[in-house]
Amino acid sequence: MVVIVDYGMGNIHSLSRIFTSLKLPVVVSNKVKEIEEASHIILPGVGHFGRAMDELKQRGLIDALNQAAMGDKKPILGICLGMQLMTASSEEGNSEGLGWFSCKTTKIVVEDPIQFKVPHLGWNTLHTTKAHPILHGVPSQSEMYFVHAYAVDKADEEQVLCTTTYEKQFVSGLISENILGVQFHPEKSHAIGQRILANFTKSCIVQD
Amino acid sequence: MYRPRLIPCLLIQGGDLVKTIGFSSPKYIGDPLHAVHLFNEFNADELILLDIKASKENRCISIDFVRNVGEEANMPFSVGGGIKSLEEIRQLLEAGAERVVLGTVAAETPSFVREASERFGKSTIAVCIDIKYSFWGKLQVVARNGQKVISADVIGFAKEMERMGAGELLIQSVNKDGTYQGLEATVLQEISQSVGIPVVGLGGLASLEEIRTIHPRTNLNGYAAGSLFIYQGKHRGVLVNYPSADEVKKLFN
Repeated sequence: MVVIVDYGMGNIHSLSRIFTSLKLPVVVSNKVKEIEEASHIILPGVGHFGRAMDELKQRGLIDALNQAAMGDKKPILGICLGMQLMTASSEEGNSEGLGWFSCKTTKIVVEDPIQFKVPHLGWNTLHTTKAHPILHGVPSQSEMYFVHAYAVDKADEEQVLCTTTYEKQFVSGLISENILGVQFHPEKSHAIGQRILANFTKSCIVQD
Repeated sequence: MYRPRLIPCLLIQGGDLVKTIGFSSPKYIGDPLHAVHLFNEFNADELILLDIKASKENRCISIDFVRNVGEEANMPFSVGGGIKSLEEIRQLLEAGAERVVLGTVAAETPSFVREASERFGKSTIAVCIDIKYSFWGKLQVVARNGQKVISADVIGFAKEMERMGAGELLIQSVNKDGTYQGLEATVLQEISQSVGIPVVGLGGLASLEEIRTIHPRTNLNGYAAGSLFIYQGKHRGVLVNYPSADEVKKLFN
């Protein structure tokens, strides 16, 4: 069972629809019990980092997520703000994150504001830095849909799955064992994005 | 490489897909969900759907309709038409919209843009600014189907919307709508150089070639069009169309 964590931030409808079309059982949930029973967990999110952490705390989900990711080592995918929440902290709301990755989320600062608007909004390419089953059938330079004003500008090299350039290079995908984070929206990125979601559910070992 | 988006803009009236010229005489095109399906097949970058009667009828674009679009669309889409409460925005985002487009409410109550942006995040709030020539040939910000003058200072108004927390500006020319006479490139360039948020131009786009020509100076984040993507030929025969991924990339190389 794929569990999409519902903590009141962002558009989860399109995500759940894609898992349904992949014929995978999916549930949108804010319940600890369902997170405990999940085979795969998606941490979505659009909006404010500090507020998102508050929402997770208020719903009592932090311990369950830590246990799933770090204890039970369940495959867990963070999308957009969901990826940022996996980092140590964010400048957005000066808030601490879940800390599964030691890197930090910082505000996108551009030197040429006429050429490069913030948020970084639209289609941009991935430069894949390692071969990983999650990128099976996803060639380097594939275009993905991005919407974000904060980003991970650097991370441990071995945890970088892919990078993207918007004036400067930033980390558009993070991976560490069972934990995967992507800054783009695979659920909005046509068939190539859906491929990543399908790979996520296939390539990671399901432990029921 | 980052590239601007090409965005079909679909006008909805009474559940039908229509197309106007100069914001007038809507012509029936077909079923909007069918058009969404076709743009899916074409892997369109994004869609904008606007209910053109909603504000006038003092209601919001139908949540059920947006949910149906959400069921169909594999790409991001924005929706607009008569939105004026945070609850409506919440429901539209939940129904699958990537962004909402605030028009009349932004023009008449700019502080609402701030409320919405703080509540839902900047990236979910786009503001549509309608621009129209005055009798004296000067561009003005208008609302209410182009009938009400909001401001004589287009650039100042665009900056105000940015200050209020808009995540993107959709600049729509009333005069150019449906005419194929070309985007309002000069003012679009001026706006794009005056704000730090993404700007999308709408109204009058004549061809893809036009984008290639004007992009180096307008540097917009998106080029939106109605007629160009739903008609073919000068007699305006309905034919939903969209360039291939390669053709799109070539426009910006």
